[in-house]
Amino acid sequence: MSPRASGQPHLLAVVATVAVGGVVGAEARYGLAVGLPHAPGAWAWSTLIANVTGCLLIGVLMVLVSERIRHPLVRPLLGVGVLGGYTTFSTYTVDTLAAFGGGPAGPALLYLVLTPVLAVAAAAVGVASTRALLPDRA
Amino acid sequence: MTVLWVALGAAVGAPARYLTDRALQRLLPGRFPWGTFTVNVVGSFVLGLVSVTAGPGVTALVGVGFCGALTTYSTFAYETVALAQRRVLAVAAVYLTGSVAAGLIAATLGRLLGLALRH
Repeated sequence: MSPRASGQPHLLAVVATVAVGGVVGAEARYGLAVGLPHAPGAWAWSTLIANVTGCLLIGVLMVLVSERIRHPLVRPLLGVGVLGGYTTFSTYTVDTLAAFGGGPAGPALLYLVLTPVLAVAAAAVGVASTRALLPDRA
Repeated sequence: MTVLWVALGAAVGAPARYLTDRALQRLLPGRFPWGTFTVNVVGSFVLGLVSVTAGPGVTALVGVGFCGALTTYSTFAYETVALAQRRVLAVAAVYLTGSVAAGLIAATLGRLLGLALRH
């Protein structure tokens, strides 16, 4: 086992933290999907909402982690774990395919383009607003 | 019961994403986020396959849990923003559109394999 700089958590601790966060995030996404169900091929509001809100929150988190919160397990828990488990790329691609296969092309095309546009915009807003709201340190 | 399958799948999927990302960052250092790209494409393929072959239990375990946690939109979007902020807009644009295109192709191939296996 390679020596580590003091204060750096062991890989197993990081992996376990990511797993715990991932379960929490995935259950939140599953809860949203149960609460906002959609027929196969229909507009997938729950996935869109999870992805866009998760992207907003990662923008906030990454600024906090780089500028305020120094604990080495915060990013593995909340970023890699919770938000990684909460958001999903595979459901986006498969839902998009189902939308193209199950109905008119217009809404499918809109879902295809709208998700990445809103996701990237949300992440950028999360970063910019958190940087703007953080008080300067004396 | 479904909640447990989702938890079990996510408990494997999220660490698999972390370890894949970590390994690929060492193997392919550079600006392009190969780790997230890879898990998102692989997860799309597996979910495409599962979406036409699996029953409710396997869908919860492998689809909602494992593939949902293996893949990520938050890191994907954040990495795109970070690339744009570092003024490597071409890499950001290729990463964004390339991930979506490769993910859709992978999901289609997974679906086709699943449909072929069903017959």
